[in-house]
Amino acid sequence: MLTAEALQALWLTLQLSTVVTLILLVIGTPIAWWLVQTRSWLKRPIGALVALPLVLPPSVLGFYLLLAMGPQGPVGQFTRSLGIEQLPFTFWGLVIASVFYSLPFMVQPLQTAFEAVGKRPMEVAATLRASPLDAFFSVALPMALPGFVTASIMTFAHTVGEFGVVLMIGGNIAGQTRVASVQIYDYVEAMQYSQAHTLSAILLLFSFLVLLGLQLWRPQTKREV
Amino acid sequence: MTNYWLRVLSSLVFLSTLMNTQAAEINVAVAANFSIVLKEIAVEFQKDTGHQLAITPGATGKFYAQISNGAPFDVFLSADDETPRKLVQEGKAIAASQFTYAIGRLALWSPILDLVDKSADILKTDKFKYIAIANAKVAPYGQAAVQTMQKLGVLTKIEPRVVQGESIAQTFQFVSTGNAQLGFVALSQILENGKIKTGSAWIVPEEMHEQLKQDAVVLKSCNQTSACQALMEYLKSEKVKKMMASYGYK
Repeated sequence: MLTAEALQALWLTLQLSTVVTLILLVIGTPIAWWLVQTRSWLKRPIGALVALPLVLPPSVLGFYLLLAMGPQGPVGQFTRSLGIEQLPFTFWGLVIASVFYSLPFMVQPLQTAFEAVGKRPMEVAATLRASPLDAFFSVALPMALPGFVTASIMTFAHTVGEFGVVLMIGGNIAGQTRVASVQIYDYVEAMQYSQAHTLSAILLLFSFLVLLGLQLWRPQTKREV
Repeated sequence: MTNYWLRVLSSLVFLSTLMNTQAAEINVAVAANFSIVLKEIAVEFQKDTGHQLAITPGATGKFYAQISNGAPFDVFLSADDETPRKLVQEGKAIAASQFTYAIGRLALWSPILDLVDKSADILKTDKFKYIAIANAKVAPYGQAAVQTMQKLGVLTKIEPRVVQGESIAQTFQFVSTGNAQLGFVALSQILENGKIKTGSAWIVPEEMHEQLKQDAVVLKSCNQTSACQALMEYLKSEKVKKMMASYGYK
């Protein structure tokens, strides 16, 4: 029932979402931790900046990324100086765009989780002569683990659902930038409605199961606390 | 005295209803390649007839899906002649109203000076990383681009470097932002007063691809028949033909 190109699009979406989630785990954790710990005046501006993709139309993000990553743009000139030819129309271009796009979905649940841990356990760890880094990894991280699960699932699912930004900087290349959402759009435009249905139904089911999973997971974690 | 004012009032009311039926606003769905021209036409159309156009530019395939699902457009200016015909067959458009309002021209364009020469030799070289075309599966200009590359015998060599825009407008955007070094766009997008605005271009000879016949059709959902018809007639006028010619249409 699934055509080869639909499968390819799904596989590409899976790869993109996995890579983006892993990258955001590395980038998002220190940002979230910093946002919870800091007393700097930068806390609120940075917090707002992180939340921007939540309210910004994908077309704004896509348009600026297209300009910024283009040969005349600052990012484009930077990557060129590193010897990387060009980011738009490539898989890694999509990865970078999606990291921006999904950033709040990683940072905000982590922030909530770190806030829930509170200062007390870290202080206790410090009195036991644990270094801040040690305390973070052996105390805060395990305590915030449910938050990590939530954040990762949300990030992954949100990247799967990405469309506007990809459409604007992807260039619709099979196996490179034609993700499932773009493939569906293509099918609809080409009036291949039955193919569009199959792929849409898969995404619908996937999204529902993810959200259902989160709902089932959440009360459990609350009972533990 | 009151009688007099009543008469004035009633004549004013009468006049305003008359004005209402005369000056209508109609919703026009237009293929992206023609939207710049239509915006210019709309200004003149309003001056001449009082009717206003609400213009929605987009990809023809998308409009087909929207119109067959009840989108409230009155007139559809397609990028091909097949989609209007389909809409007629499905009972969504009025058969008698369909006519070819323009014949589009394709151009290979780059904002870089001298990159594209008059014989399109650039296509045989490795001097570019990406070439943009409109989605060849659905956009007539994209299909024409593929046919042209086929005829030049460069398609298989170039194919890995082809990126596709969702519509001809996005294709233009890929090229104008420099992300693709060149691309097959609509001549109307790069022409101003009959001259190429910037960069270098090769106007693709018509025999390289199937003719880009662009048809207009009045949709069944149009409930301001006289205004819709007025627009169709206006598109056939000498005045509009001249405006279209300055954008490279025939």
